[in-house]
Amino acid sequence: MSTDTILSFEEAMEKYDPVLGFEVHVELNTKTKMFSSAPNVFGDEPNTNVNEVDLGMPGVLPVVNKTAIESSIKIGLALNCKIAEYCRFSRKQYFYPDTPKNFQTSQYDEPIAYDGYLDVELEDGTVFRVEIERAHMEEDAGKLTHMGGATGRIQGADFSLVDYNRAGVPLVEIVTKPIEGAGSRAPELAKAYVAAVREIVKNLGVSDAKMERGNVRCDANVSLRPHGRERFGIRSETKNVNSLRAVEHAVRYEIQRHAAVLDSGEPVIQETRHWHEDTRTTTSGRAKSDADDYRYFPEPDLVPVVASREWVEELRATLPEPPAERRKRLKADWGYSDLEFRDVVNAGVLDEIEETIAAGATASVARKWWMGEIVGRAKAADVDPGQLGVQPATIVELSKMVEAGKINNKMASQVLDGVLAGEGTPEEIVEKRGLAVVSDDGALLEAIDAALAAQPDVAEKIRGGKVQAIGAIVGGVMKATRGQADAGRVRELILEKLGVTA
Amino acid sequence: MSEQNTTAEGLIRLSAADLAEKLRAGEVTAVEVTQAHLDRIAAVDGGERGVNAYLHVNAEEALAVAAEVDAIRAAGGAEAEALHYLAGVPIAVKDLIVTVGQPTTAGSKILEGWHSPYDATVVERLRAARMPILGKTNLDEFAMGSSTEHSAYGPTRNPWDLDRIPGGSGGGSAAAVAAFEAPLALGTDTGGSIRQPGAVTGTVGVKPTYGSVSRYGAIAMASSLDQIGPVTRTVLDSALLHQVIGGHDPRDSTSLPEPLADLVAAAKTGNVEGLRIGIIKELHGEGYQAGVENRFNESLQLLKEAGAEIVEVSCPNFQYALGAYYLIMPSEASSNLAKFDGVRYGLRVLPEEGPMTIERVMGATRAAGFGDEVKRRIILGTYALSAGYYDAYYGSAQKVRTLVQRDFEAAFAKADVLISPTAPTTAFRLGEKLDDPLAMYLNDVATIPANLAGVPGLSLPGGLADEDGLPVGIQLLAPAREDARLYRVGAVLESLLEAKWGGPLLAQAPDLAAAQALEAQEAK
Repeated sequence: MSTDTILSFEEAMEKYDPVLGFEVHVELNTKTKMFSSAPNVFGDEPNTNVNEVDLGMPGVLPVVNKTAIESSIKIGLALNCKIAEYCRFSRKQYFYPDTPKNFQTSQYDEPIAYDGYLDVELEDGTVFRVEIERAHMEEDAGKLTHMGGATGRIQGADFSLVDYNRAGVPLVEIVTKPIEGAGSRAPELAKAYVAAVREIVKNLGVSDAKMERGNVRCDANVSLRPHGRERFGIRSETKNVNSLRAVEHAVRYEIQRHAAVLDSGEPVIQETRHWHEDTRTTTSGRAKSDADDYRYFPEPDLVPVVASREWVEELRATLPEPPAERRKRLKADWGYSDLEFRDVVNAGVLDEIEETIAAGATASVARKWWMGEIVGRAKAADVDPGQLGVQPATIVELSKMVEAGKINNKMASQVLDGVLAGEGTPEEIVEKRGLAVVSDDGALLEAIDAALAAQPDVAEKIRGGKVQAIGAIVGGVMKATRGQADAGRVRELILEKLGVTA
Repeated sequence: MSEQNTTAEGLIRLSAADLAEKLRAGEVTAVEVTQAHLDRIAAVDGGERGVNAYLHVNAEEALAVAAEVDAIRAAGGAEAEALHYLAGVPIAVKDLIVTVGQPTTAGSKILEGWHSPYDATVVERLRAARMPILGKTNLDEFAMGSSTEHSAYGPTRNPWDLDRIPGGSGGGSAAAVAAFEAPLALGTDTGGSIRQPGAVTGTVGVKPTYGSVSRYGAIAMASSLDQIGPVTRTVLDSALLHQVIGGHDPRDSTSLPEPLADLVAAAKTGNVEGLRIGIIKELHGEGYQAGVENRFNESLQLLKEAGAEIVEVSCPNFQYALGAYYLIMPSEASSNLAKFDGVRYGLRVLPEEGPMTIERVMGATRAAGFGDEVKRRIILGTYALSAGYYDAYYGSAQKVRTLVQRDFEAAFAKADVLISPTAPTTAFRLGEKLDDPLAMYLNDVATIPANLAGVPGLSLPGGLADEDGLPVGIQLLAPAREDARLYRVGAVLESLLEAKWGGPLLAQAPDLAAAQALEAQEAK
């Protein structure tokens, strides 16, 4: 897809210093839209969650969603921002069919939150401070689906369909200041920053924060400059990089691409880039200059948003525990070692483990499943662990089956494969695949008799008190039952049979 | 008198308040009243020399609503008791205001045949009051104009002289009321579109305080200036209608939160004794027709005799108001009209040749769907908002707006109510200013400051100009949220003038049906 030449990352880092910048769009999970009373719901039939306001019918007027303002203030506070006492919305004007009014109502020069920072923890525990320029409110656009082309992009399409369900969904756009000094850790920082933002909005409860649904979307700006130079290079903006891994890869790729362009003596073109998950490359989007004229002017249909200091303090008082403190607490609660906990954090399954524990699993069981089973599968599938779609309840059910001796660990792993393959509930899969542990004592006793008969010398040793020799007999039984016996029960029955107490 | 007033010819000449009383007294039915107006529309509105006040007549629904009112009244009991005072009194609605069940065109080809899926808030309130809606009235396309000649559906004629303009943009509503085709109408006023047509047709028009009446469902021209208001033949009728449509609406963020004052009581208890009435130095004299000045001075004299104190105030920044208005209004309009692109509703025109891209379809639709005046203002506004020009144009205009507001504050420190002629001239001839936009824009020189400042204004008939025998409008202005003052003073001036004339000014208007019949005869 991409024909760009790239430099190796190492060589790029030798020659150049990367500067990053992020615009993260967070969809708020308010009941209704930013400016209309239509429901803010994902995944419904196209053009069902719309009313005359969302469709930009003649005569309609917007009304600001107060909950959206509260959520925006909360985000601003969590990002250590100042909250504007008075701010307005503006109209950003451009003709495009996903924008029903042909302007987007957005904050322009008066963001609700500004001048903040976020301390981002890298994998090895290093803390990197990212300065926040602003967090402002705006409305989402509708969704275009380009039909008839090979690529799903507008080029070559015969026509486009538009779904306005998303039009008017409240967004908060979080813009960083230029991030300098990350060096070769830039891709890692990119991922960690977006993960931290996602974690914050999720923790605040203001967004569903599902990247795979576009609740959190990242535009990544990358530029390079030779080491030692202060002036920034020309940047590219890779749009809609919508998973944590993709953010890391996209930044890494753009660094490598920019380095190759600069090495060739050509200037980097200021443009938007499209991210392609399949090839892990970007391609040129549209040329973007700072002179794009959106003819912003203050939205005359809305009154200014006035955030009294009392209100801001009330909201501050409702803020949940910040994620960093939460991590400290969870580590203590769960009793994980430093290493175990860092692995959990780095694997990005903190929330999942918390949910699994909340669903009824013990801390060690939850960790065992996520770290031992699911993270590996996610790596193999090249997705984030949360994207595999494993439900906490499934893990609890599987671990209960193991505890009850209904299946063993090996089988449980197979059942999980079945669940992921969509074969049904764990119960159904155990049934279908015939995985139940053989616990019929009659069947087991037969196998035990056979195993004892096959190894009479071992049986004699056990009778003589050398109970540790029992493994050979148990092994024989397990082999005979093709692993479907409950090893614990087998052991009990053997001892009973031989009249030995353990 | 009563006998005569219940004939169809008598009914259409009654005020809304008188109709309401007769309906309550059972002297006449709502169906009779509605039918009388529909008959009048049929008689004078159509044809080559028709008034052309209506773009759409809503006979069936209007009669059905009227019949409901009659049935409720006949049944008596609590429901009859609960009927609104104006229940059964029909009304016309400017075709800029959306209505379910009737087309809404905004006077533009781009919305030809479009039916709104929702009612404007003011329309909901008319329905709640069970007022039959007679139809939708003509206007300059998207309310852009001062003569109704910019309607895509032909101009409206002034009932006083069919060769003259009825004012604009709400010429249809004013002419309908002046021609007895409706006792009441709704208008919208962005720079004078209610008051200036009122002035040149001898009717009453009110632009309420910005935020007094919900704009939800009024197709926006300039959001920060637009306001819906009453168009009637008497001051009391305007107060009655304002009371129906006004008050807070959660769907309009700019709607005022507080409840409306009792405007009807204000109109009924008019009194000017000891009231300070300020003449705005900059809004009369040079540039104003002699006959307009004479009638204006006559009104001042009457108010003085009734006990008002006449003072002179100066609003020096009003001289910049027209210039600021013609930057702010087109800027907002260029943005508000962006939604008319052929994608979701209304006209869609495909380019005759070349690739069928969305940009080209939008372009072809807007090129074919908008008239010249609309295009002129979109271009002007787009330019004024462009990067590099914003501060010089839109930004400066906003500063002027602040200065105009300060002028008003200073003036209202010296006077309780301000007064001026509503328009510099009486109705001009159709076509006279069509090719001279600047001359057309000057019609609104006296009405625009109120829109820039958000203050309420009322225009009422001040008599006929000596030189042409055409109506002259007197404008009253009050501080924001003090709409009641307009009705209090307006009612007094109206009664003083009517006493002088020996009846309503419109009684002096030519017999329209007879004039049309005569013209038809002559044409043969």
